Amino acid sequence: MSVRSWGNYPKVEHAAVVAQPWRHLALPRAEGTLLPGGLARSYGDSCLNEGGTLVTTSRLDHLIDFDRAEGILRCEAGISLAQVLEVVVPAGWFLPVVPGTAFVTVGGAIANDVHGKNHHVAGSFGRHVRRFELLRSDGARLVCSPCENAALFRATIGGLGLTGLITWAEIQLRPVHSAAFDVETTRMDNLAHFFDLSGETGASPPSEYSVAWIDALAKGGEIGRGIFMRANHANEGGAGGDAGAKPRFAVPFDFPAATLNRYSVGLFNALYRTRARSQWLKSREPYGKYLFPLDSIGRWNRMYGKPGFLQHQSVVPRSDATAKLTEMLEAIAQSGEASFLTVLKVFGDQPPAGLMSFARPGVTLALDLPMRGAATFELLERLDAVVRDAGGAIYPAKDARMSPQTFRASFPNLEEFKAYVDPAFSSSFWRRVTR
Amino acid sequence: MKMERVVVFGATSAIAQAVARRLAARGARLHLIGRDPAKLEAVRADLAARGATAVTASAADLDDLARHRALIDEAEGALGGIDAALIAQGTLSDQLACQADFEHTAAEWRTNFIAPAALAAELANRFEARGAGTIAVIGSVAGDRGRKSNYVYGTAKGALAIFLQGLRGRLHDKGVAVVTVKPGFVDTPMTASFKKGLLWASPDKVAAGIVRAMERGTPEAYLPWFWWPIMFILRHVPERIFVKLKI
Repeated sequence: MSVRSWGNYPKVEHAAVVAQPWRHLALPRAEGTLLPGGLARSYGDSCLNEGGTLVTTSRLDHLIDFDRAEGILRCEAGISLAQVLEVVVPAGWFLPVVPGTAFVTVGGAIANDVHGKNHHVAGSFGRHVRRFELLRSDGARLVCSPCENAALFRATIGGLGLTGLITWAEIQLRPVHSAAFDVETTRMDNLAHFFDLSGETGASPPSEYSVAWIDALAKGGEIGRGIFMRANHANEGGAGGDAGAKPRFAVPFDFPAATLNRYSVGLFNALYRTRARSQWLKSREPYGKYLFPLDSIGRWNRMYGKPGFLQHQSVVPRSDATAKLTEMLEAIAQSGEASFLTVLKVFGDQPPAGLMSFARPGVTLALDLPMRGAATFELLERLDAVVRDAGGAIYPAKDARMSPQTFRASFPNLEEFKAYVDPAFSSSFWRRVTR
Repeated sequence: MKMERVVVFGATSAIAQAVARRLAARGARLHLIGRDPAKLEAVRADLAARGATAVTASAADLDDLARHRALIDEAEGALGGIDAALIAQGTLSDQLACQADFEHTAAEWRTNFIAPAALAAELANRFEARGAGTIAVIGSVAGDRGRKSNYVYGTAKGALAIFLQGLRGRLHDKGVAVVTVKPGFVDTPMTASFKKGLLWASPDKVAAGIVRAMERGTPEAYLPWFWWPIMFILRHVPERIFVKLKI
């Protein structure tokens, strides 16, 4: 059975794709190795298990307990963050951390220890997980928390689904007064301006959420130009508001591969920039519109056509971030490749929640490039070299091609982690980076 | 139609769960009946957490007709009276196994026709005496015409639809609504082995239609709506031609 990851690359076949129908049942019998499967929003091959079995969790979508006074939610691992928000927001609670799409599962959010636009204050998703149950291939069910099975708890957060199947998790929510966000947007002239706006230089007060979209085609002194967005949960407006992120339109089929090229991307960037002013533009938006802007276009990944696309997300330490980011952005601009969405964000100083967490103190740059074979790989390899040299890391959830060397450099706890991998579990990604 | 106190038979089925979640989100009181205690408890806790005012459950095999009265008594007791009932239990019959062994066919009819009809009949008598209530039953488009690929299942659903038509006629001026839901292809565990295409709908989408039909007391609801014209045409193809179709 073929299952595609979000980037549509690589295209692999599985021996079987089987549902885990109820949380209390044993793992299904597998052909080859097992890998838990959620909504397959990872971009590369970390959610694929070529030749093996995917154990899908879409039916593990039950809530188990929702303490509306304390904001503690216990739910099965296959429920999507969108479904969780639909239940908890009207009750005055919010997920403490959400990535750029609500169409990921709770299990996936833990397995990738995802981060969001509020990483600088809230850290990653795993920091808010109180405990979870891990179902191992030997049939053992282990409740893991910072006090119980603590080592396995740390290994499973960011553990890419390799330590067993997470059946349920308990999450500490955060209170909100409103379903809306107060959003402020401004123009960003270059990288120095980005650090000012991020509150790094004390030039502007940090908001709870912040992120920048940059124009990866800019060169020279304009490197880092783009749009800076910051936001806070609104203090009024009621919690019953609409998410505003229901897909209203879905890309019906794979677009021709050439749809997104440097000219269309340049045009998009130019159009987008004209919206931005040098003053702060203020608006109040439903949470979905601010947090998950692309969720309103179903299957937007099809715009990249059949060959798919590659994401590249890296983090580099703050000390020489300007130099390293400039080096990477220059390499991209020179290559003639066009990154449609290029995102820049400062991570906070919270220690990583998991043994293999990607998010760590530093500055993160995410880009997506249409898959054009060797040229694309070559460019990304050059970017990896910059990241390795800086002592940074590449994000597995977005990767389809990093070398074992880059993986080892990114995750210094790798050897310790290996001891917790379930012997019956594996993934295409894992086999590739541990070759 | 009032839907504050609802009893759900076959509550662990995907469609029933999706309906119950919608009712829970608006604070309904629910009583669930299903066969497997562990699954039933997972569903009960889910609905309670989603905001149902109260959720209770009884584990029972609904093929055991002798238990129906006691089960409905329990539901009435737990809910303090029943506004609406959703009868959703069922199996997708294995046509080839049924062809090979009529005992198997009879068992399928018991699950998919006799048991739901018996529940509807008992509820009908109680609702008629009270002069209020909604009985919604999950039928199927498969019951609209016998097809070689699944006529055992289709017979049960077709018989059920005819039974409900009669019940509806008997109760229509007694304040009792009888709703026959006819879903097309729904992506549920029951149909996990089928290849999915454009005609397939999610349980949640079908559930939205069921809740709407129950509120309005719609006599027969094809879900999604496009199954009405499809089945209209299929019902009117002359049998001489229909027998040659590979469906």
